[in-house]
Amino acid sequence: MRNRNATAYRFLAPYLLIFSVFWVWPIISSFMISFQATRTVPWRFAPGFNWGRLIGDPAFFNALKNTLLILVIQVPVMIALAMVMAVLLNSPLLKARGLYRFAFFAPVVVGEVAYSAVFRLMFSLDFGIVNKLLNSIGLPKIDWFSNVTPAMALIMIAVTWRWAGYNAIILLAGMQSIPEDVYEAATLDRVSKLKQFFHITLPLLKPVIVFCLVLSIIGTMQLFTEPFLITERGGPGGGTETLGLLLYRQGFRSLNFGYASAVAYTMAALAIAITLVQLWLTREKQ
Amino acid sequence: MSSLSSARLRRSIALHLFLTPLALIWLFPLWMMVIFSTMPDNGIFSPGIELLPHGNFVDNFNNLQRDTNFVGAIGISVSVAVTYTFLSVLLTSMAGWALARYQFFGKGVVVGIIFGTITLPYAVVLIPQFIMVARDFQLANTWVALIVPPLFNSLGVLFMRQSFSMMPDDLFDAARVEGVKEWRIFLFVALPLARPMLAALAIILFLASWNNYLWPLLINSQPGSMTAPVALGTLIGLTKVSWGGIMAGAVMLTVPMLIVFVLLQRHFIAGIAAGAVK
Repeated sequence: MRNRNATAYRFLAPYLLIFSVFWVWPIISSFMISFQATRTVPWRFAPGFNWGRLIGDPAFFNALKNTLLILVIQVPVMIALAMVMAVLLNSPLLKARGLYRFAFFAPVVVGEVAYSAVFRLMFSLDFGIVNKLLNSIGLPKIDWFSNVTPAMALIMIAVTWRWAGYNAIILLAGMQSIPEDVYEAATLDRVSKLKQFFHITLPLLKPVIVFCLVLSIIGTMQLFTEPFLITERGGPGGGTETLGLLLYRQGFRSLNFGYASAVAYTMAALAIAITLVQLWLTREKQ
Repeated sequence: MSSLSSARLRRSIALHLFLTPLALIWLFPLWMMVIFSTMPDNGIFSPGIELLPHGNFVDNFNNLQRDTNFVGAIGISVSVAVTYTFLSVLLTSMAGWALARYQFFGKGVVVGIIFGTITLPYAVVLIPQFIMVARDFQLANTWVALIVPPLFNSLGVLFMRQSFSMMPDDLFDAARVEGVKEWRIFLFVALPLARPMLAALAIILFLASWNNYLWPLLINSQPGSMTAPVALGTLIGLTKVSWGGIMAGAVMLTVPMLIVFVLLQRHFIAGIAAGAVK
């Protein structure tokens, strides 16, 4: 037994060292920093300093509202779209499957900076291809960057484009692991394809859907690059500012580490709460 | 029978009529990225609709290189991604091996901490990581700062633990009876067997490192130490900048990954489907 301990820890040690220093310790440290006033030298323990400021800060509530708004609209739309992609890509009637898979899965490899730059150019007011196309079919131009609603819509469109295929890959893998004979039996009993989807595919796929939802919610919760680069630092006038952007501005522009840590822990608390609710919901119905 | 097959045909046509426009919309941003990268700046900002490539890529690339040292940044990105991928695959497969194949004191605690913290947002550790690396270790704008902190990623550990625990015991026991050392069993028996999983993990980790933006943006902000996405990001939003150049950079970041994706699609999809990296 002693021998096994030594062997196991020899294999584990390098990873555990990195994991402790750059993950476990920062989780604790971040919590402690959120209770300190960090713009004095040395830092001083002041439990209400950052958290008190947080609950009275309109910028925080603006960022929270925007983040939740994106979360509530974008995540369900994207997962539904990913489901449609997965179901149709899985259809035996589909020809040239490889081409369709490439179209939907390609955004998965595209970096945030590259696609943010393209979206910015595509949606620009006077010379953007999207407004030109809208114009050419007789619709008015949309000023995507100076009004809050279109700017938010643009962020959601961009994120959905980037991540729908990613979720479709996971859902498709889940669908392909459902045994074929379940469907064969249903088809023999003359159950329609639509009914098969709602009564076989969806219930069996529920853990996979929950996994996608949790991943997407945690990802969207920390949304940073898109409002940073596409709508330029959360513009117009903070209209697309997210919690991720607020954390960046407070932590790395104002070097206010204490306040930024409080923002970070708010995100963590939200992520944990939503994850727990989802796990509970899926357990309840089984 | 013929009515059944004509119904199938109609369904098949409807499927393609729906899916083709959706696929074209999905490809459109990538297509436009390539088109923009071949257009002169005054062409990008002109009233006409241009959907076909021009011949300006080289000029655009030269403009990009004038605005920022993009070739140097690509060099940093490639070296960092290769080193990170190698180290991360090595560390996480060693850890996954230990968790899959040995009983040891504290195993439950290690597994519990990994699983219990996996859904925490990365944003939580950003501030302490930055303080530690930049202030305590004085490592900002170095290669170590780009490569080492992101190695904490635990999804690779879980992926490899899963892979190793599915292998039959007899294989390793036979080697043990022969008196083969544990690290040799790991290196020469287990790792070769796990090759498809290692490939999937390596591709996903390489991609994550190649596209990583937030951490390199924060920690390596000096011009000579920036990765390619960070260097490109500094140009977005400047008033006097070549957008054709930015698009050329975007193409250089994206097209190699698309080629890798097409060639190694199976491993890519296996890696994502297993949730190897979020």
